[in-house]
Amino acid sequence: MAAPRAKAIGMISGGLDSTLALKLIQDQGVEVKAINFYTGFCITETQRRLGGRSRDGKIPRNEALRAGADLGVEVELVDISASGYLDIVANPRYGYGANANPCVDCRIFMMAEARKIMEREGADFVFTGEVLGQRPKSQRRDTLALIEKQSGLSGRLLRPLSAKLLPPTLAEQEGKVDRERLLGISGRGRKDQIELAARLGVTDYPQPAGGCCFLTDEAFGRKFHDLLDHRDVRKIERDEIVLLATGRHFRIAERVKLVVGRTEGENLVLERFADGRRWRLDTPAHLGPLALVEGEPDYDQRVLASRIVARYGKGRSEDTVQVRWTRGDEEDAFEVPPLGEDAGLEAIRV
Amino acid sequence: MNEPVSTADSGASRVIDTRGTFCPVPIIETARAVRDMAAGDVLLVLGSDPGIESDMPAWCRATRNELLSLSRDGVRLEARIRKSAPSAGER
Repeated sequence: MAAPRAKAIGMISGGLDSTLALKLIQDQGVEVKAINFYTGFCITETQRRLGGRSRDGKIPRNEALRAGADLGVEVELVDISASGYLDIVANPRYGYGANANPCVDCRIFMMAEARKIMEREGADFVFTGEVLGQRPKSQRRDTLALIEKQSGLSGRLLRPLSAKLLPPTLAEQEGKVDRERLLGISGRGRKDQIELAARLGVTDYPQPAGGCCFLTDEAFGRKFHDLLDHRDVRKIERDEIVLLATGRHFRIAERVKLVVGRTEGENLVLERFADGRRWRLDTPAHLGPLALVEGEPDYDQRVLASRIVARYGKGRSEDTVQVRWTRGDEEDAFEVPPLGEDAGLEAIRV
Repeated sequence: MNEPVSTADSGASRVIDTRGTFCPVPIIETARAVRDMAAGDVLLVLGSDPGIESDMPAWCRATRNELLSLSRDGVRLEARIRKSAPSAGER
């Protein structure tokens, strides 16, 4: 009687590495269930919300779904945005990378979720497209081992692209996967992967490499840390992620922040957040941005925020511009000169 | 304002309204709805995310559910999906 077919859970982003990992495992006859985690920090989601386009001018696509379809594997999109994920992003045990990316904590969280799915599905192991040494923090030899242990996947986490450089997993030891047909790729280059893709007939993958995660984005990271650093308790709500990804942000005072829309799409998003908890600013006599103010600004701070908003509207060359403030039933207005070019704006830009 | 669409009006077994949500939420909602349906049932998905035009065909291709139609009227998108019978390995 033939041995039962091995089953694996593949963590798929749709990038080149995870697509190749999926293909390598699939080609060994392993049954694969692919999963992709939705964290709420998805760049594609925000680009679509704001009406943005990819570098090729097209609507950004979901690469995980596309990769799954190309390889004939269903990709389950697993929503972790409403769970304890936001708590680990705000308070990571292992700290942040270069920006707001708590990659080690994030990987542990996701792989612990993947372990639960593996157990539920009766699968033998979990695999990823991780490459040893590709990322300075989360893909070092020591952190790969730490993530495997902390997620409860000891011996059951396979990295097919770097497997030959890592200790054999149970799946390899038990003969469910042939270690000889796995790879020993390491480092930040993509040459080996591009050559492998050509050999395996994988032709459609995103260029350049990158992720769909705002937390690795420098500008987003500044806004993220500014938000949490000005709070008594390090906590972020799911809805606030969209706001962080939208508009120009200015720290007017310790507890006062101004967000100014840059495009019509951003103005529409900001309108949604003008919900009575934040001041809504606009310039009724001129075309201009919609802006929001969080906090309780004093008179001087209101004037400064108004002058900044006036600067980004069609009335920027006028002597004065009227800026209207509304919040629920409250109303106010300021007739202000738009802020000039050399007004030290960069010092307060987040 | 989004107008509600009933199953009786649409001819579908079930209707879900994902308007106002963006990638990947419409697909997550679609997968949830299809999971609870019987083979042969038709799901009508209403959406406003323009990316549904690429995501829905990819999802249907990978899950082997049948995409009966996908149409766009301004910002409003409609997708009709027929749930397929599970393959032998999935039963």
